[in-house]
Order: sequence, then C-alpha cells, then structure tokens
Amino acid sequence: MHELALADAVMKAAVQAADDAGMARIDKLVVKVGELQQIEKDLFEFSLANVLAGQDPRLREATFDVSLEPVRFECNSCHHGYGRQDVSLDDGDGGEAIHFIPELSHAFARCPKCGSPDFEILAGRGITLERLEGSGPDE
Amino acid sequence: MSNSVDPRPFAIADRLAGVGRIVGVSGSKGGIGKSVVASTMALALADAGSRVGLFDLDFTSPSDHVVLGVERSFPDEQFGIDPHEAHGVQMMSIAFFAGEAAVPLRGAATTNALLELLAITRWGDLDVLILDMPPGLGDTSLDVINLLPRLEFLLVGNGSRVVIESVRRALSLLAELDVPLVGLLENIQRVADGAVASLAAEFDVAYLGPIPFDPGFEAALGDIRLLRETAVYRELARMLAPGLPATK
Ligand SMILES: Nc1ncnc2c1ncn2[C@@H]1O[C@H](COP(=O)(O)OP(=O)(O)O)[C@@H](O)[C@H]1O
Ligand SMILES: [Mg+2]
Ligand SMILES: [Zn+2]
Repeated sequence: MHELALADAVMKAAVQAADDAGMARIDKLVVKVGELQQIEKDLFEFSLANVLAGQDPRLREATFDVSLEPVRFECNSCHHGYGRQDVSLDDGDGGEAIHFIPELSHAFARCPKCGSPDFEILAGRGITLERLEGSGPDE
Repeated sequence: MSNSVDPRPFAIADRLAGVGRIVGVSGSKGGIGKSVVASTMALALADAGSRVGLFDLDFTSPSDHVVLGVERSFPDEQFGIDPHEAHGVQMMSIAFFAGEAAVPLRGAATTNALLELLAITRWGDLDVLILDMPPGLGDTSLDVINLLPRLEFLLVGNGSRVVIESVRRALSLLAELDVPLVGLLENIQRVADGAVASLAAEFDVAYLGPIPFDPGFEAALGDIRLLRETAVYRELARMLAPGLPATK
C-alpha cells in the first residue's frame, strides 16, 4: 500500500509546520486528497491512523479531516477546461499508473475537445496538507 | 500554518536514509551516452559486490530498462513502492508505469513526477544510488540539486567542440552551485587529443578516462551476458575497480 508512504509524508510535514508555528499539541490535520490519484478517503484516513504511532508525541491525539478535491484539467492547446468525468483514465493500466504517479495522465488521458495530451492539472492532483489545528506551548 | 503544504518533500530524506552516495550521471547534451554509462556503471558496481540503485530520471525518454533488458512491471506496494531488482541492481523508472506510451511532460509536471517517486520509493540500504539524468541543466537537474543535498554529479562528455563548449557551461554552473563532482568521463572517444582531459584539469575535476566507440554495443543492448563482454562494461569495470572515486 503506497498510501502509507504518503500518509507518513503528511505527518512529517505536520511536525515541521508545528515546529514553525511553535505548537505544543496538534489536534487536527486537514488534508485534501486529489481525485486524480484515486486514493480512497477511508483508506487514506486509515493510512494516517496507521502511521501515527511512530510519530512525534505532539501528534498522537490528532484527528483527521480528509476531503476529496475534484480534478480540473485545462488544455494547453485549445484552452478547454474539463474534469475527471470527461476523460477515460482506466483503459488498460492507465488507472493504476496514475494512482502511483498522477502525471501519467499525460500518457493515458486526452483533451475531450481537441485530443491533446498537453494539459495542466489545475486542481485535484494529489495529497495536500491544508491546515493544522493545535495549541501553542502556553495554552 | 497559513498556506497549504505539499507533504512530499518532507519524506525524501527518510526514503534515502539508507543510501550511501547519490550520483547524478549528467551531461549537457543528449545522445552522448549518459544512459549507457549510468546503466553499465550500475551493473559493473553490482557485479563487484556493491549495493546499487539506478533511478531513470529522463521521464520523457527513459532508457535504462532497455540497456539492462528489464520488462515493464508495476512495482510491489508495501510502505511505498519497492524498486525492481534486475541483475543485482535496484531500478526505478517511469517506464515501469507507462509501458510504451509516450509521456509528454512540461516542467511543473516533471517536478511533480520526481517528487512523487522520491516520496514513495523505498530504496533501502544501498552503497550508491545512480541517477540517470535527462540532458541539460533544466528542471530535473535543478530539482535534484535542490532536493538532494548529498548529490554528486558525474559528467559525460566527448571531444567534439560542440560538446566541450556545453560541458564547460555545465562545469561552471555546478561549481557555482557547489555541487561536488565525481569526475568527467569521456565517452565514444574518436581521437585521443586530450580535449576532455584538459577541460577536466581546467575545472580541477578528475578525468575518469576514455571509453571507446564500441561497435558491438548495439547488439549487446538488453542482453546482460553480452553487455558484460562489451568494451564499455570492461572499461567502466576497470575504472571503478578501486570503488567509485571520491569527489574533489
Ligand atoms: N561507448 C559507446 N559505444 C557504442 N555505442 C555507444 C556508446 N555509448 C553510447 N552509445 C550509443 O549511443 C546512443 C546514445 O546513448 P545514450 O546512453 O542513450 O545517450 P544519452 O543518455 O546521453 O542521451 C545509444 O544508441 C547508445 O547505445
Ligand atoms: Mg539518456
Ligand atoms: Zn484541447
């Protein structure tokens, strides 16, 4: 399950952010999961919980707020904007490849209007740590 | 924390914690033998008993799997993904995911693919991880210089004035950025005119010696038994027999 490695990265980023903000305790991690990567929300919450034990003590009581972010593509050739439902990504091995590396959508997806593989992924690509909630050393 | 954070860079140090040295095989031009040198070097080091990784970073034109004759297969997933072991070399390539499909990537997408693979690949314990770089000093080279503080470069060049001119630019940039250099390797030497060796001396970088044009190399591509008989393999094995040279 490669989600565990990404969950571990989220934890490490949270610890760094807590250090930067001088937080003594992290109560909540707000995480966005891009629709393109096809990581299930439940599975990612499970992964976060799973890697929690080995982390910084300030994180041990943390809860997670994981939400899915829809994909937005924009074609660099005809400038058409489109979404996940407008392309087929699951032909052959495309779905699994994109699950590991979302940029492989450039190998397997095409602009529905002009057929170009040259597009931007404006939103909904992968995992982002949106926000931390916690308390400072004096609270 | 006011802005959202990309978590991937925070995992990279951990994923590479068991790796001794990280060497980017680079060169300013395409087609001068970076992939051949990176792959054959990985094989020669593994044959000599080193634990070696080979990471193909030329995402739009991966080649190492062709040189070493490795078939596409999705990596095993555990806590991240495992490199694919072939002939004693731990390999990672975008070709394992893309198959034969073309992967057209702009700069930002290249950076994203690199970050993703660095964050999820478990390299384990290696003496050296070799990065096969795309040509030039563009996005991927600048990204690895920024993301991997322990990175060293090994430059491949030849005696053509077109290449010398371009390797000189690369050497001066790497000196300016304080990137340590294993050395400068001359591949496909046509004439022994000393041009590459004097360029190395000019920048106080080790000259790693010449590799001749090897007429049998094409036929040996992808066939590990034949590959070990090529002049390229022989020269690299000899060059690396005392171990991968230390940087200057
Ligand atoms: N020493 C050599 N002898 C014969 N052919 C070589 C040698 N080095 C490289 N080649 C060939 O030159 C071509 C370009 O090599 P490659 O490693 O793909 O270059 P790069 O990675 O720098 O673009 C390939 O066809 C390769 O087999
Ligand atoms: Mg190459
Ligand atoms: Zn279009």
